[in-house]
Amino acid sequence: MAVLLLAEVTDGALAVDATAKAVTAATALGDVTVLCAGASAKAAADEAAKIDGVAKVLCAEDAALSHRLAEPTADLIVSLAGDYSHIVAPGTTDAKNIMPRVAALLDVMVISEVTGIVDADTYQRPIYAGNAIQTVKSGDATKVMTIRTAGFDAAGMGGSASVETIGAATDPALSEWVEDKVAESDRPELTSAGVVVSGGRGVGSEEDFALIEKLADKLGAAVGASRAAVDSGYAPNDWQVGQTGKVVAPDLYVAVGISGAIQHLAGMKDSKIIVAINKDEEAPIFQVADFGLVADLFEAVPELTEKL
Amino acid sequence: MKVIVPVKRVIDYNVKVRVKTDGTGVDLANVKMSMNPFDEIAVEEAIRLREAGKVEEVVAVSIGVKQAQETLRTALAMGADRAILVVAADDVHTDIEPLAVAKILAAIVKDENPDLVICGKQAIDNDMNATGQMLSALLGWSQATFASEVNLEGDSAVVTREVDGGLQTIKVKTPTIISVDLRLNEPRYATLPNIMKAKKKPLEEKTAADYGVDVAPRLTVVSTSEPEARQAGIIVGSVDELIEKLKEAGAV
Repeated sequence: MAVLLLAEVTDGALAVDATAKAVTAATALGDVTVLCAGASAKAAADEAAKIDGVAKVLCAEDAALSHRLAEPTADLIVSLAGDYSHIVAPGTTDAKNIMPRVAALLDVMVISEVTGIVDADTYQRPIYAGNAIQTVKSGDATKVMTIRTAGFDAAGMGGSASVETIGAATDPALSEWVEDKVAESDRPELTSAGVVVSGGRGVGSEEDFALIEKLADKLGAAVGASRAAVDSGYAPNDWQVGQTGKVVAPDLYVAVGISGAIQHLAGMKDSKIIVAINKDEEAPIFQVADFGLVADLFEAVPELTEKL
Repeated sequence: MKVIVPVKRVIDYNVKVRVKTDGTGVDLANVKMSMNPFDEIAVEEAIRLREAGKVEEVVAVSIGVKQAQETLRTALAMGADRAILVVAADDVHTDIEPLAVAKILAAIVKDENPDLVICGKQAIDNDMNATGQMLSALLGWSQATFASEVNLEGDSAVVTREVDGGLQTIKVKTPTIISVDLRLNEPRYATLPNIMKAKKKPLEEKTAADYGVDVAPRLTVVSTSEPEARQAGIIVGSVDELIEKLKEAGAV
């Protein structure tokens, strides 16, 4: 069986971690062909060719594919779909935008956020904010799915697949890109970081969020936030961890001033070690934390940062 | 301009779900159900557009069991003008898949001829995040997903989207499908007088067969299980003890 995998490409650069994790999942299904699409995608295609397990890379460079708007990108994938039994992508916002459109155009269901592959037709995925795991068997001719990357290890970078240049499909010209507002960040990317330090409502203000950032920098960690912290303006929305934000599974997750609502736990409860610092000993976060410290974060966090 | 807003009846977001011990699904008997939180945001946005004079009519649509009419009454109480209920399941445990929902919605769109469909970005029960995109594909329309800001300008919509690295603004041709994210707006509460008035608003009842759509699932649910439980943790007494434990565990 053959698998077409949509690589995560942003501004011409390959998101190696997300793509390599999806490759790990896809190699369980068959020979993997990676598709790199964008206004510029050559460098990304060369990089994708190095991922272990990739048999071939298709590089589609076209102005119409710039910023990977859903309509032209979905049309491109559909034009290639005939040769593949599975069409797969890492579960990023790009893929969540494009893949259901691809599935509907092929008249098949999409299988979102796959966490486990049982066999070529059978998959596991979380439902109800991760409070249940559903095993589903697809009867569709083509399986279209997104992979929850937090559940898979990244494939190595020792490969040397061939790169083939292909054209874009026709541009339906239904939408156009206007602008990006990219959050500046020197820290590790949230979904691939080994350590994540997150702040919640308890942090109290945007200024005090610096406490969280200092601890994160000390640990070489990415910074996350709860919905309450984002809604209150303490942190930008792309830091949100949870059912509607990002799903992370780092080696160490430190939750500071976060009560632990169902929707937040959905995004982090597969972390290897969870530390909670909260002054409310009844907070639900302590039920999932490996190590809990009942303390005022304004005293505990600076002390922790200093002593590490 | 006419707007269609699909709304879904789901388990209330505050309820801790229970997986049935026989592995057949999540227990929804005697559990509080509500409108999917993202759909409330979609209804609110449609009503705000009408209040701003950009939209004349807001039609709420729900697909599922008969009881989904409660969800439609809530949308009507918030300000929707009329509602369409498509009965497609006998049992609350039957979740109609996004592909079938999108096909029914596409048929309704062809009947109603709206300029805009505003839906939630995902339902908090199946967490699929697919119906809006699928509907857009079936209609051959443009799509603007995960919207945090919507501006209608003539025959196009300028939509700011919440994407992984930050925010992205795109301009889409209408008719279009917009799926809404959490930060688009703060949904209003229905007031008691409006809840009473909503009981008199028109609610048309249909079936999936009326639209010629087969709602048979493409994905057979083999089993539903509890996620792996985490080992009970410990409460430490001080920062020093926390650091010591983390060092023992090899985490720092």
